[in-house]
Amino acid sequence: MSEPTIESAQITEVLDVWVAGTEEPEFSPTDEGEQEISDHESAARLDEQFGRVVEDDYVFDDGVDEGERMILNMGPQHPSTHGVLRLQIELEGEIIRRTKPIIGYLHTGMEKTGEQLSFSQGGTNVTRMDYLAPFHNELAYSLAVERLLGIEVPPRAAAIRVLLTELNRCSSHLVALATNGMDIGAVSMMIYGFREREQILAFFEKTTGLRMNHNFIRPGGVAADLAPGWKDDVAAILVELPRRIQQYDDLLKDNPIWLARTRGVGVISSEEAIEYGITGPPLRATGVSWDLRKAFPYSGIENYEFEVAVGERGDVYDRYRVRVDEIHESLKIVEQVMDLMPKGDYRVDDRKVTPPPRARIDESMEALIHHFKLFTEGFKVPPGETYVAVESPRGELGCYLVSDGEARPYRIHTRAPSFANLQALPIAMADSLMADTVATIASMDPVMGDVDR
Amino acid sequence: MSEETTTAEEALLAEPARPLPENPVLRALFEGYETVGWESSLGQDVAHVPNESWAEFAHAVRGAGFEVCVDVTAVDWMRERPERFEIVANLLSMEHILRLRMTTTAGRIDPSVASLVPVWPGANFAEREAYDMFGVRFEGHPDLTRILMPDDWEGHPLRKDFGVGSVPVQFKESHQVT
Amino acid sequence: MATTAPGNLMMTTVDRAARWARTRSMFPATFGLACCAIEMMATGAAHYDLARFGMEVFRASPRQADLMIVAGRVSQKMAPVLRQVYDQMPDPKWVISMGACASTGGMFNNYALVQGVDQVVPVDIYVPGCPPGPQSLLHGILTLHDKIMNGEINN
Repeated sequence: MSEPTIESAQITEVLDVWVAGTEEPEFSPTDEGEQEISDHESAARLDEQFGRVVEDDYVFDDGVDEGERMILNMGPQHPSTHGVLRLQIELEGEIIRRTKPIIGYLHTGMEKTGEQLSFSQGGTNVTRMDYLAPFHNELAYSLAVERLLGIEVPPRAAAIRVLLTELNRCSSHLVALATNGMDIGAVSMMIYGFREREQILAFFEKTTGLRMNHNFIRPGGVAADLAPGWKDDVAAILVELPRRIQQYDDLLKDNPIWLARTRGVGVISSEEAIEYGITGPPLRATGVSWDLRKAFPYSGIENYEFEVAVGERGDVYDRYRVRVDEIHESLKIVEQVMDLMPKGDYRVDDRKVTPPPRARIDESMEALIHHFKLFTEGFKVPPGETYVAVESPRGELGCYLVSDGEARPYRIHTRAPSFANLQALPIAMADSLMADTVATIASMDPVMGDVDR
Repeated sequence: MSEETTTAEEALLAEPARPLPENPVLRALFEGYETVGWESSLGQDVAHVPNESWAEFAHAVRGAGFEVCVDVTAVDWMRERPERFEIVANLLSMEHILRLRMTTTAGRIDPSVASLVPVWPGANFAEREAYDMFGVRFEGHPDLTRILMPDDWEGHPLRKDFGVGSVPVQFKESHQVT
Repeated sequence: MATTAPGNLMMTTVDRAARWARTRSMFPATFGLACCAIEMMATGAAHYDLARFGMEVFRASPRQADLMIVAGRVSQKMAPVLRQVYDQMPDPKWVISMGACASTGGMFNNYALVQGVDQVVPVDIYVPGCPPGPQSLLHGILTLHDKIMNGEINN
């Protein structure tokens, strides 16, 4: 070891002072960053220090001119816009001032195609409009055609229609809950919702042959009778679904995160809702008890007892609750239909409208001719126009049908509930935060096939 | 009236009574407007409104309790009717649980009708769609632009003289089964 | 095929290893348009699990995706958007055209739809159906995996 040099001696000196700790550094208190709370502080300052008042520096006064606003484009390819919805959002910091929904990215020209297809083929076209509630599209269309033809379907057909449409309401609301949950962050809801939906879709596949876009409800009745053993399948759904929905309630209903993200978000008042023609769960969540199944009943639905689910505040949470309650009410109707299903024909006996059974074609010449004419030319519908509306999971789904006496519709127009509900999106999103956009869109539950047709 | 005309002649000379709906709300509405015709089409009430009185009658309908405009659309009658376009508005009264359909006509050249948006804001998108698909202008609409087709699209697809635009489908040549 | 040498050492070509890696965790881009999108979501859900193939993460950003499943009808307004999203995807990328409307325009042979998405982007696999059930879509995805493993699709 070498002799300590002068440097090390100096270092030793410093070390001595440090180790000894006999001298404390100079302490000169300043007012900056003073955290003490003294008694004579004002209540406002106290609130600030306790964090009760958030001083956000991104809220501008009204004096900000429009040039300071930022236009943000959301979509059309976006994971949370429920299809190809494009939103142009004018932002002032985090607050949304104006929104413009731009639609048309899924426009399929279904109304033009509908004029090329015969009346019995029309169901295949119409069913793909609101693809989450295909039975409702078919029902509105079939009811319109039947009104023009002046025929009534037999009670069994009407009951089968009610059974299928109410189960469809359940499956559509399950998708709504699943996507709602996933958009807000409860990703497990996606898996749960689709798991239950598989059970209902399995029943649909057994009955109609397809999981989606069935073309089963046709003018004159339904395409085929229910499969044997359908009661067991429906009973299994009636046992399983309420249990699982209880699971969702355990997950979401009193969940503080869910409540914080959905309470008071995307509020629409009942006056605004009525002004803008909003129907369905967004309207009922504002407190207006309007349901077409009660007001203008169709297809024998007045024979079943159920209640209309109504909310209070018109926010995202209430729309979610209304949808869950509607699933319960629909299951009640399904149970009653299952118990009361009448026997009889599943379609009208009029040979000019419904094709004869396949076995008859070999036996009777007339049956063969009817079959031929129905499937090549189609049945002719007397001239007239009518508007029929059903209560789809999204709201009032109407079909305005004009016939001029030919085998094809002259004009078919669908009043799409999501089309009207989207008009209220700017109202629901005005002056809310950007982060609430996704929750609001999800709660309005638009189906772009319905919007753009 | 001179003494020569009898009551029978008076009855013949008098104009036939205008058909009016039975529902009291609708009846009161129609009685206020001479030029609007009422028809019951398959059990549904239809009001045939002349083009000039479209906005005025709409205000009256709103006042009669029809809070919701369900839909506005159009039909292209081509040459089948004297006026080419028929504009149809479906209305709903939640208060009285009633539906009403209003129709009016617009000609072939530069068809236009008053917009219902000042009366029912919910008619906004529906009128834009009718404009996009048929070319019917809605006077007084805040933003009458194309909604479903791209902005630079030419033509109005749902008009009868606009072709479907179908593409010929090529099928594979079928194999001869020997 | 891979060969084993003594001492637990496996040898194969880089090409085969790359192909194996590409198929085993293909990330799809969210391009669900219409009804087929619901069936695509059902394929990703619990009953017909896509996660067993490593594909349950649907990437929202096309920059992070390598498979684009065009699920649904492509309208004239949407076609440029489709092309833009496809262009944004980095190589190697594959396209599955799911459903009748995406493959050929489906039952809507009219002015509003692009008659087949292959007019806009190059397609590797066509899955027919209206909508194709999850089993059909899975068959299409697995066929794509096979084709990549065999080297038929050089991308």
